[in-house]
Amino acid sequence: MSSVPENAPEHCPGTNSEDAGKASACAGCPNQQICSSGATRAPDPDLDAVQERLSSVKNKILVLSGKGGVGKSTVTSMIARALALDESKEVGILDIDICGPSQPRVMGALEEKVHSSGAGWSPIYVGENLAVMSIGFLLNSKDDAVIWRGPKKNGMIKQFLRDVDWGTLDYLVVDTPPGTSDEHLSIVQYLSSSPPVAAIIVTTPQEVALLDVRKEITFCRKVNMPIIGIVENMTTFVCPKCKTETAIFPPTTGGGKQLAADSNLQLLGQLPLDPRIARSCDNGENFLTEEPTSPATASYKSVADQIVKFFEGQS
Amino acid sequence: MSVAASSDPILQGVGNTLLILSGKGGVGKSTATVQLALTIRSMGHRVGILDIDLCGPSIPRMLGVEGRDVLTTPEGNWVPVCVDEEKRLSILSIAFFLDSKDDAVIWRGPKKNSMIKQLLTSVDWGVDYLIIDTPPGTSDEHISTMENLRSANVLGAVLVTTPQMMAIDDVTRELTFCKRTGIAVLGIIENMSGFVCPNCSDCSNILASGGGEQLAITSGVQFLGRIPIDPRLTQCTELGQNYLELFANSPVSAVYKEVVCKLLRDDSEKMEVEH
Repeated sequence: MSSVPENAPEHCPGTNSEDAGKASACAGCPNQQICSSGATRAPDPDLDAVQERLSSVKNKILVLSGKGGVGKSTVTSMIARALALDESKEVGILDIDICGPSQPRVMGALEEKVHSSGAGWSPIYVGENLAVMSIGFLLNSKDDAVIWRGPKKNGMIKQFLRDVDWGTLDYLVVDTPPGTSDEHLSIVQYLSSSPPVAAIIVTTPQEVALLDVRKEITFCRKVNMPIIGIVENMTTFVCPKCKTETAIFPPTTGGGKQLAADSNLQLLGQLPLDPRIARSCDNGENFLTEEPTSPATASYKSVADQIVKFFEGQS
Repeated sequence: MSVAASSDPILQGVGNTLLILSGKGGVGKSTATVQLALTIRSMGHRVGILDIDLCGPSIPRMLGVEGRDVLTTPEGNWVPVCVDEEKRLSILSIAFFLDSKDDAVIWRGPKKNSMIKQLLTSVDWGVDYLIIDTPPGTSDEHISTMENLRSANVLGAVLVTTPQMMAIDDVTRELTFCKRTGIAVLGIIENMSGFVCPNCSDCSNILASGGGEQLAITSGVQFLGRIPIDPRLTQCTELGQNYLELFANSPVSAVYKEVVCKLLRDDSEKMEVEH
């Protein structure tokens, strides 16, 4: 992982590198001495604190996609709600999309604010056994933009993992921003030290999305993140009037099915593009209980079941 | 570092620049970028597209030029890849520098920033308009681009959204970003607004409707147009085909023409003031 500081000289080997402080580029850098002393290569002292906090959180699920707007946040919320249908389980949602947090809206908690106590930050409870944490709860107004570069975003993610008082959780579902950059490297770095943790990959059927999603799978493989499987979202649109199915995002290269086959992963489910889902997410309603007979509800429950089975197989 | 920054010319050979922004991913920034570029070209201008979405570049696929090589001039500058024989549409994307299309660019901020700086300073464009396609968010890529663009001719930003509140929330934040970084917002495009069933012609507002226009009104920004969902457009972007040419009379092409007229009218007015 790169550890080149923002204002580093050109060709800086990175503060974590074996060559830190010793490379030719280090000559003249004001931090050369610190780097060559080896102090910068020592493990992050907060890592212990994060591990300590996560010791009461059992299974961690990362919801990933290289592509934006494929439904990561929707899938995150639906999986968490489906897992929480089992009242004996405690479920948490952590939203690490720092610049575009959607969980406060999707979970119907737009106006909530975080309170801190001696034990840390209290998450927002949207149900008996379902808690949410998002940077959205820390902003003064919903217009507020978080204009932060990588290191500040990483600091925030670390703080979430270290300071949120989840209590005991059976499942922590983590919603991520699109891409393969700071947020992803940081969350993987912190969660990998507290297994079991595994990822779900969300995609839509068209090649322009698969292009980015393949990169995310490459990312998972490079950082040794196990993948539970692939969820294909927005597979077809069913006209509410005449019931004709249209592939709005056509699977010109085989869609999620082919992707799963090519990458040797399981296809956990194919979810329809349903205007009612978009509407209940906008309004923060629980689609699973509002539309219990919808095929989408059945698909989401099946995805949740497969997640439960995956983690049962791990222990 | 600041010495180097001031001596590197930003966007050489570019008449004017448009930025395509959205806080939200998957709203159609890249699709809009491509349609705007094709429309501007059809009006007789030379157009370039700079894709600064480093982790998820999609422009080369959408224009059917995946896997091309980028040539370098004797001075060490990059030559953008031409999409047409007449060389009126050229693009540059990090996708051209990757060995395989599955390759992931797993970079933290500082490395992304230096790549963006290079993309903004080391390309020989030769275009009337450059459209910059950005990743979602308000972070490294965006801050670096704004910092570097201060000395360039920038018309302003076009914000793309979809109608549902989940997208509007993020685009509202992007508006705040534009305000804080001092970039002019030229207007808002509402994409994926309504879908006409090919069987019964009933229009479904899959992702609600009107959210973009409402946002434009409340934030005092020009509303540029509402673009319906057209599966033929997704099909064309999938296969790298020219939708504007194939479906010149479609409602989508008509809206893009209107949008471009609004954008370029602003430009010609601005030029008159300057002369």
